[in-house]
Amino acid sequence: MMPAVAMYVAPRLVHLSAVDVAIVAFYFSLVLAIGFYLKGRANTGEDFFMAGREMTAWIAGLSFLSANLGSLELMGWAAAAYQYGILATHWYWIGAIPAMLFLALVMMPFYYISRTHSVPGYLKLRFGESSRALSAISFAFMTVLMSGINMYSMALVMKVVLGWDINFSIWVSSLTVAVYVALGGLRSAIFNEVLQFILIWAGALLIPILGLIEVGGWSNLKLQIAHNASAEYTHLWSTLGSFDNNPMGIHWTGIVFGLAFVISCGYWTTDFLVVQRVLAAKDLRSAKMAPIIGAAFKMLVPFIVILPGLLALAVLPVKLSGEAAAVGSGGHSYNEVLPLMLARYCGPGLLGLGITALIAGFMSGMAGNVSAFTTVWTYDIYRALINKNAPDAHYVSMGRWCTIVGVLISVGTAYLVMSFLSIMDYVQALFSFFIAPLFGTVILGMLWKRATGPGGFWGLLAGTLSSIGMWAWVKLDPSALRYVALSPNARDMAENMYRALWSWIVCVGVTMVVSYMTKPKPDVELSGLVYGVTAIPREDEVPWYQRPALWAAVVGVVFVVLNIIFW
Amino acid sequence: MRDRVIPIWFFIGISLLVNGILIAGAGVWEIFNPPANPVVLFHLHASMWWGAVLLLLGIVYCVRFAPGRQS
Repeated sequence: MMPAVAMYVAPRLVHLSAVDVAIVAFYFSLVLAIGFYLKGRANTGEDFFMAGREMTAWIAGLSFLSANLGSLELMGWAAAAYQYGILATHWYWIGAIPAMLFLALVMMPFYYISRTHSVPGYLKLRFGESSRALSAISFAFMTVLMSGINMYSMALVMKVVLGWDINFSIWVSSLTVAVYVALGGLRSAIFNEVLQFILIWAGALLIPILGLIEVGGWSNLKLQIAHNASAEYTHLWSTLGSFDNNPMGIHWTGIVFGLAFVISCGYWTTDFLVVQRVLAAKDLRSAKMAPIIGAAFKMLVPFIVILPGLLALAVLPVKLSGEAAAVGSGGHSYNEVLPLMLARYCGPGLLGLGITALIAGFMSGMAGNVSAFTTVWTYDIYRALINKNAPDAHYVSMGRWCTIVGVLISVGTAYLVMSFLSIMDYVQALFSFFIAPLFGTVILGMLWKRATGPGGFWGLLAGTLSSIGMWAWVKLDPSALRYVALSPNARDMAENMYRALWSWIVCVGVTMVVSYMTKPKPDVELSGLVYGVTAIPREDEVPWYQRPALWAAVVGVVFVVLNIIFW
Repeated sequence: MRDRVIPIWFFIGISLLVNGILIAGAGVWEIFNPPANPVVLFHLHASMWWGAVLLLLGIVYCVRFAPGRQS
């Protein structure tokens, strides 16, 4: 869900003072201390893999968002804002909020009532072992691969920004994550993610505040961007009537149907990296409130990510460029926009906090990947396919070792990427192969009781293969873009949107056809898993002002108003 | 929770408190020892004020969520 990050090495952008180093060192000490403190509370499988299902709505909600808010997400989308303007905000608003509210109100009851440990675990209950195996293996593979690629990208950023050695960054940060997750399990990951979320805001919030003071407010910022770039850079929707009228080369149908409906729903409702945090909530109401709290804060994230990119268009004395041009000219690339703005406004101390925010973002994302991988490996691959009847303590031990091994595989992937840089070009597409079809399978499983086990499996497989096929078709014959993305002028992001949409349609179509050709499960076996045959607990005893539906409506109204304001 | 766990909010309070002290301290030091190449808007002394805000929030969180105050 983020653009690729800088791939070259330049002289360091900032120099840390002693107080900056002290702030960074204190951060590492604190996250390790939390891991050691929570070690004694991760002795059972339920504790280690599900944090005891004791998290409050606020902790689960902030952790849910923090696991997604990696530093590459921050830096990549700040760069995208500089490059494409406010259009990048779509990935935070329509590309997230409706899906998060849908998860909270529609899907969460089924995940929670089924008491599943994971998304593949739900597929096992609903469609059978083959669907679980397919989704678990693809998720585990992609998670460690993504973790390694993010690790390498982060180390590269640290080299560019601070001049740190790549090996030092990779090993120090990854071993820290390995230690605190292996010790305290999901609870430690979640606690640290909440801490990291606060630090990200504390470290990044001053940039837009000082930036707006410097330019003289939002109105002046728009005027300066219109002068320096184009007035289109500050409009969310009005330029999306044609593929050619906006810098992203995308049409509104791609944003609405591809991004908001398929990719966003697929990511926020079926990617176990984020869903795991919500499954750790202490009760169903908390599990429903957590994504709503996450959505409320997600709407605010553009303030610390997109706005700095827009401010850079107005205030930076240098013109940023793409990677190749930056290497050629010795200048700065788009991906350096956030560190450049940090260096512009932040002196000693604040600079350390800003760098800590970037490191915290990286570690929260990595901890999310590692803890999700550990759970899926232990419950959905190891216990399901290799060793079914071991005692609980054995699986906890497997989880601890799996955490270490998962981190080491990620480190290995990071070094692999260092040797074969072209992997970076493909990984976002690879990840999207699995997300869109998985959403089709899960949503049909939850909402359509006629869907059968064979239907779920063959739909998931067909959707995934069709996505890979479309990607390969365009690679081999670029003119095929006019069919896959509906326009020969579509850019990479637009291609991803439409490919996701088609693969979702294929998944849903095949699932329905195969389901009608096979014998359905009796209703009694679907209780707790499917809409219509599951008793959803009522909330009559909950005061009206504490009901998830009310707060989802509030978030929904604010979301609509924001889109109209920045239309 | 089964028994007393120090809430995450207390750890956050500690983090804000220490960072606030360090950042506000650095801001005050810079007032008396202005850097040769100051950052943009240096005259606003953002380090001092932001550090003070973090320090204040840290104190509130540390007191409010101190382990001894848990029910």
